[in-house]
Amino acid sequence: MIRVELVKRPQHSNFYMLMSPFIAFGLTLVFGALIFLALGKNPFTGLYFYFIDPLSQVWSLHELAIKAGPLIMIAAGLCVCYRSNNWNIGAEGQFIVGAIFGSMIPILMPGFQTVLTLPLMLIMAMVGGAIYAGIPALLKARYNANEILTSLMLVYVAQLLLDWLVRGVWRDPQGFAFPGSVRFPPAATLPEMIPSQGDAHYGFLLALVAAIAVWFFLAKTLKGFEVSVLGLSPRAGKFAGFSASAMVFFSFMLSGALAGLAGISEVSGAIGQLREVISPGYGFAAIIVAFLGRLNPLGTIAAGLLLALTYLGGEAAQISLGISDKVVRVFQGMLLFFVLGCDTLVHYKIRIVSRTAEGSAT
Amino acid sequence: MMDMWQNIILTIATAATPLLIAALGELVVERSGVLNLGVEGMMIMGAVTGFAVALATGNPWLGMIGAIIIGSLFSLLFGFLVLSIATNQVATGLSLTLLGIGLSGMIGEEFVGEPGVKLSNIEIPGLVDIPLVGRLLFGQDPIFYISIALVFGVMWFLFKTRTGLTLRSVGDNHDSAHALGIPVLRYRYFAVMFGGACAGLAGAHLTLVYTPQWIENMTSGRGWIALALVVFASWRPLRLLAGAYLFGAVSIGQLHAQALGLGIPSQFLSSLPYLATIVVLVIISTNRRLTLMNTPACLGKPFVPAR
Repeated sequence: MIRVELVKRPQHSNFYMLMSPFIAFGLTLVFGALIFLALGKNPFTGLYFYFIDPLSQVWSLHELAIKAGPLIMIAAGLCVCYRSNNWNIGAEGQFIVGAIFGSMIPILMPGFQTVLTLPLMLIMAMVGGAIYAGIPALLKARYNANEILTSLMLVYVAQLLLDWLVRGVWRDPQGFAFPGSVRFPPAATLPEMIPSQGDAHYGFLLALVAAIAVWFFLAKTLKGFEVSVLGLSPRAGKFAGFSASAMVFFSFMLSGALAGLAGISEVSGAIGQLREVISPGYGFAAIIVAFLGRLNPLGTIAAGLLLALTYLGGEAAQISLGISDKVVRVFQGMLLFFVLGCDTLVHYKIRIVSRTAEGSAT
Repeated sequence: MMDMWQNIILTIATAATPLLIAALGELVVERSGVLNLGVEGMMIMGAVTGFAVALATGNPWLGMIGAIIIGSLFSLLFGFLVLSIATNQVATGLSLTLLGIGLSGMIGEEFVGEPGVKLSNIEIPGLVDIPLVGRLLFGQDPIFYISIALVFGVMWFLFKTRTGLTLRSVGDNHDSAHALGIPVLRYRYFAVMFGGACAGLAGAHLTLVYTPQWIENMTSGRGWIALALVVFASWRPLRLLAGAYLFGAVSIGQLHAQALGLGIPSQFLSSLPYLATIVVLVIISTNRRLTLMNTPACLGKPFVPAR
């Protein structure tokens, strides 16, 4: 009989603090190889197409930036939530509502095409995302309702709202009955960074700025300190005069605003119109990104790029090897599992003991 | 007229059964002090397993058993992480859901569009023809009967047996339970596995009874609604029964409203079960005293025995 025993470290381990995401990624690679074997594919070519091939061409690096942008933006906001113990898992819904709010300008006011169009769209999207995230925050702060469940339920509601809009009132009359809004005019389109090389738009830059700004906020400001205090010890925070319910609103609305910004960047920069599906699960993948980045906004940049790579790798492996793109989700799920498991190493030593040995010791 | 009402109640029962079973499992898990947010993931794994095994063997009963086994094995992944190596329960549960949705999508890809095998109803000759309640009580699918038996089984176990009392004590104060020599983690492992088995069975109900086919992501939030139901029921099995049927009624009601074509957009009606979940959560949670009194005190807290 073998048993796992945890021994608390006197001090958390800086080594594992740094290394645990890498160990987790390594374990994911090993188990990924096993999945490829089980599917009857050569594990090395499988992993090659997943993690190296997308990095070998300039255009696919651009695709990487397109996918990493929303992930980083959302995850940076989620860092604030999770650090303060507010479990916003409805970023996918805030992403959608942000996109809807931002799209109001090109859809409802097609004539309004100035230099102000795009900035206004971005602001509207942030407002929309923040309001939508404000709902679970209000329900938690005022009515004590579990924010995990309410924020998640609102994802389904947002998806249905988007579906209704693009099939109904906002459908492009010239769209041959396909669900989808009018295509956005150039003034409402987030421009490409280096058009001669690839499609990556300025959303990626926005994401980097957002991540650095959130990092600065968390690491260098008093309010950022408040986030950590209330997360680690609500009681201590109370004695310091910090308001837990204000923090609920603050963290939710900040992350909602960033998710909304990600939504409009995706719609305006990458898709070019509002459609019935605008996200391949960015809001959920960003949860993985936040944890893989150790809830540090700078860490989410690296983690977001890695998760974006799995999306691209999934496409590459599907085209070249005929491996289902569903494997991507499995990779992402495994990655989060291993990240969480490895995080234990930061605070505990893990000892594997056998029953008999323990018996002789006591 | 009478038959119409019976049919409506029957469809409500069919919609309520998976919610009820998954929520009952989670109720026991939470009573032991563990919060498993992976219900959705375990449920969808049960759904795909039930479908696949029934299709391969032609026997839906084997599909059901397979779903129960896979559900509990899958929950062990979560159990190992949160119990043996004390990871964050919220995040680990979420990752179980993400992994389950991914894995089931991968496994189920070849089954899309295939007709499934239906678990046939158990009909007691004669009694089934009693007007109004005959079919409801004596002519339903086997999983329905299991769900009702489970309600009373769980009630009896939690409140009438010594093991149930111990399980609740583990959930309310793991340190005291540990000091009394109760193997806290072992109790929680069994509770988590029971929750997984129930979620697996609830998933099997979807693919073997509700809609005998495989659609990716077909649980569509039912696992999450089950989680909300546990809060709604303030961790009591009988209230869970009422809650699950209330939700079954909401989701069937909106389907009927869609069929009638009342001019209300179908998307709005489809969102009603989710909105109802939120409303119900708010109403229950507003009463802080009620929630505080009933919530297992150690819910979601990791336990690392000091040696």
